[in-house]
Formats: sequence, C-alpha cells, structure tokens
Amino acid sequence: MGLWDNIKTLGQEAKAPLTGLGITQGYSNKERVTIEYPDVRRPMPRRARWRHVLNRYENGMEKCIGCSLCAGSCPANAILVVAAENTDENRRSPGERFAAQYEINMLRCIFCGYCEEACPTQAIQLKDICELADDNRKDLIYTKEMMIVPDPTKP
Amino acid sequence: MTPNLFFHYFFNVDPAHTGTGNMPAEYWWIDLIRIVVRVLVGLFAILLVVPPLVWWERRLLGFMQQRQGPNRVGPFGLLQTIADGVKLLLKEDMNPTNVDVVLFVLAPIVFLIPALVTSAVVPWGPSLTWGASAPNVSVGVLYLLAWGSLAVYGVVLAGWASNNKYSLLGGLRSSAQMISYELGMGLAIVTVVLLTGSLSMHDVVMQQGFSSLGLPEWNLLKFFPMGFVAMLIYAISMLAETNRAPFDLPEAETELVAGYHTEYTSMKFAIFFMAEYANMIVVSAICATLFFGGFHAPLLWLDGSFLGPLVGKSSPLLGGIVAALVPVIWLVAKILCGLYFFIWVRATMPRLRYDMLMRAGWLGVLPIALGNILMVAIAMALGYPAGLIAWLVVFGIAFVVFAGSKAANSFTTNSRRDTTVRLYGEAQPYRTVPEHSGHGAQTLPPNALSEAALAAAAQAPLDDAFAAKKG
Repeated sequence: MGLWDNIKTLGQEAKAPLTGLGITQGYSNKERVTIEYPDVRRPMPRRARWRHVLNRYENGMEKCIGCSLCAGSCPANAILVVAAENTDENRRSPGERFAAQYEINMLRCIFCGYCEEACPTQAIQLKDICELADDNRKDLIYTKEMMIVPDPTKP
Repeated sequence: MTPNLFFHYFFNVDPAHTGTGNMPAEYWWIDLIRIVVRVLVGLFAILLVVPPLVWWERRLLGFMQQRQGPNRVGPFGLLQTIADGVKLLLKEDMNPTNVDVVLFVLAPIVFLIPALVTSAVVPWGPSLTWGASAPNVSVGVLYLLAWGSLAVYGVVLAGWASNNKYSLLGGLRSSAQMISYELGMGLAIVTVVLLTGSLSMHDVVMQQGFSSLGLPEWNLLKFFPMGFVAMLIYAISMLAETNRAPFDLPEAETELVAGYHTEYTSMKFAIFFMAEYANMIVVSAICATLFFGGFHAPLLWLDGSFLGPLVGKSSPLLGGIVAALVPVIWLVAKILCGLYFFIWVRATMPRLRYDMLMRAGWLGVLPIALGNILMVAIAMALGYPAGLIAWLVVFGIAFVVFAGSKAANSFTTNSRRDTTVRLYGEAQPYRTVPEHSGHGAQTLPPNALSEAALAAAAQAPLDDAFAAKKG
C-alpha cells in the first residue's frame, strides 16, 4: 500500500459515516416490515399444527366416537376421554358411543400430533390456532365445548 | 391595569431590547411574575419535553429499522412514555445490600442538576428580561463548562456506590471518557469565544447576525473550514459528553449490563433516564446557540428582529409579542434538529471499542481542535486568506504525515472486512417472502455463493496481513 492508496482509503473511511447516515435516513421512509399484530395477522404456514379441534360431519354429527385411542397414544398423558352410549333419542355420533367428556390439558400437551394420527375417524385435528396464552392454569384445561367446531346445520 | 398593558410590560415591548428601563416602578409585580415564569420555563420546559423526546426517539429508531415503534398508547403512541413513567413510579424503590446509601441516592440527583442548571444561560430571545433565566451572565461559557464537568460525578458516584463490578466499570469508563472529550468540547467552545470576544452567551448569539444580503453569519460559517471544524468537534464531543451512541460505553448494554445504573430501580432510575435526555436537550440548545446562530432565523426576513418591528408598525403590542416569541420558535426548531441528529446517529453508528474511543479523543479530537484554534487566531490577526492558507498547509501536512505513518494502518487495512466483502459481495437487501414456506426455512440470499464456492473461499489465503500473521 503506497501513500496515495492510503490517502484514498482514508478518504473513503471519512465518507463511510455519512454513507451510513444516508442509509438509515433512506430506510426511515421505507415500508415497515413489522405488522401491528393483534390488529393485523399474517396467515399461518400451511402445515402449522397448533391447537386441537374436534370435527363434525356435514350433517352435524360429531366425528368422535369416544374410543380413547387418542388418549392411549398421547405420550404426555394429556387427554381424558369419557365415553357414553348413543341412544336413538340422543344420537351424537354415527358410532355406538360418543365422547361425553373430552379434555386436553394444554399445559401437558407437547403438540406431537400422535392423537391426530391415532384417531380412526379424523375427529381430532391440530389446526393453526396458535393463541393459547392464558393467566390461569385451570383455564388451560380445554373442554370439549372449547374445541368442537360449530354445528354446520345450526346457523 | 388593562390586559394590554400587562402584556406590554410582560413581553417587554421594547424595540431596542435594552432592558426594563421603560417599566414604571409600581409594576414591580409584573417583573416578579416574569421571573417566576422564566424560572419555571427554564426548569420544567426541559423536564416536560423529556417524555415526548423519548417517544420521538423510539419512534424514529423504529422507522429507521423498518419497525413501527410505540404506537398503541394514546394517539401515535404519544402517551407510551407517560405510561412507562407511571410504571417506574409505582415500582418498588429498593437499595441493594451493601450499597453506600447516601451516595447511591445522591448520584441521580447529582447527574440531573447540572443538566437543568446549565439550561439557565441559554438565551431564548434578544430581550434580556424575557427568555432564559440568566442569559446575560457575563461568564456564561465558563458557567457551562463548570457545570458540564460536574455531571460526570453523578455517573462515577452511581458506579462507585452500587457496589457492583459492572457499575464500577461503567462509572470509570464514563469518567475517563467525559474528561477526554471535555477537552475537545472546551476547545471548540474556545473557538467561539475567540470569534465573539465575550464569554456571555447573549453576546455570542448577538454577534452571529446577518450579512447585508440578509444571509446568516453563524459561527459555523465563519472562516469557512475553521468554524465548521469547530462545530464538528463540538458535535462529536457532545455525543460523548451525553453518553450517547456511538459513545455510550458507560451504559453499554451488551457488555456492562446497564453500566452505572444497573442497580437502580424505580424513580432513581427514572431520574437517570430523565437526566440523560435533559442533557441531550441542553447540549443541543448550546450547540445551536454557539454555532447555529441561537435564536436567529436562517434568513433575516424570518427573524424576530425583522418581523417584530414590521408587525409593530400596525400594533406595537403584537409587534412586541412577535419579537419575543419568534426567536423562541427558531431556537426550538434548531434544538429539534440537534435532537434529530442525536437519534439519527444512534440509529446508524455501532458503539466504539474503548481503546478506539480514547484514541479518537486524545489523538484525534484534541490535536485537531488545538490546531483549529491556532488557525482561527491567525485568521483573526492576519485576515481570512492568510488563515485559510495556514489551515490548508498545516492540516494538509498533518493529513499526509498521518496517511504515511503506521498509525493509518488501522484504517487502511481490515482483513476481517475484506474477507466479508469477498465472501458476500454487496449487502443483501431485505426481501419480502411471498408465502411462508413453513418450518422457518433458512434460505440463502439469491446471489450468495454456492456451498462449494464458500468452501473454496474459506480455504483460500484470507488476506496478506492476516496470512502473514498466521505464518
């Protein structure tokens, strides 16, 4: 490196802070890359697997037949299924039985998706509902009413 | 006593701005009100401006980093800092075990007081009776320097009293840094004193008048490169004096946790925070006063001394009020520009390493400021052309000697940067991802080198200097 090269480099070094200031100034007018989250939401990835839902058939019947395979396959032991017999007066699912009580402890759930895999009727599915925060441990035990999708036949 | 008469005396409607000469003695109470208002304005204007300033800084930083910044609390997030202040007020005020309680409590106050007190000598208008608390102190510049050096005690005491290694390091760093840069700042101010021939801040502003064409004659523009260099040195030193980025070593979050205020909670922390921002405001005001013409407008036709008499032809009272308030508006505008500069630099510059800071202070700022003063003195004694030639010769020789010396190597060779440039070419622009590919896919930038090329580049000798060191 000769003297003249050094002088040129020093000139560039002196110019560098100004270039930097110009860049930050330019960025201040650009479009923001962050969004105002609760008001604006980005779509979840297609394969997102978050909270469970309990599905229904198109005629409003519950898909869950209360077989407890999900509870059996759950490695975290987070699922409780209490089944009850279907009767002709009160038919809730196409099978012999339906889930009278269905609870998932979201504090124990590890979102592995084994329940979804084990389910013979695709009644339980992990969907892209990711906002699960709460301030009370008891509220994080999700009941059947919280997870079941609305009945399509009832408006 | 009509309201008109009250305002007449309150704003000191006096075209010549000579003082209180025209006020009858029985209206002494107007004087009293004015003194109280001036003190309150001097004290609380700074403290009340701090929350909006913090909001402005966070918002601007957000914009410059393509974020939103605080925008939830109140309109545009303006109340965010108020909410933060209330939160700090309600927090537990605790003293850690083994701290020196007296000094621990005293330190934030020692830090805040100089910031508030120095604001007293900043003149807010041509009138000596309206505006700042004490604009015409005959030793205003000395007063500034004296109080400015007291602020470092707050930081050092905080670091010492906290009984915490990180805090102590922060305090020590700040004492060394503030002492080093105070020299540069003092010498930059001495340049202004040379140009003015007076230590009074009011005189400093009044001599920065307008040329016959109505253009400004600010100290910044006097003896062209010299006034400008003095301003640059003051600007750098004021960043260092207020512990702002890129000189925020005393509170370097990434290395010292929070430096001298690690152990502070609640209102004691809030006072530190407030003092830092009050310092910013005051230092910007001083910079505007010393180098940017203070309360003068950038053009004569916008200045209070021009507009006041113009309006005063139809209504003397209105003319007086205009003459009193227009300068305030101009000074506020200049202070805002200074604050914008503070925030802008913070968004841009990375923090200096400690040895770089010390070297820049003692081997950069100080000699340049000293040489600059000498050249200003020559220009004043022998005229501008002689001064300019002397400036060009001395600084040109110094620059060439520096460029040829070994000391320039640290600027001209940077093996790490060269390697980065070779590997990644130019900086990658931000790309918006049209659809999320799921599972947080890590993708290389489109024009990045292939893995084979990267591996080859890693194998190649990095740099002459680097390779030589490696052996």
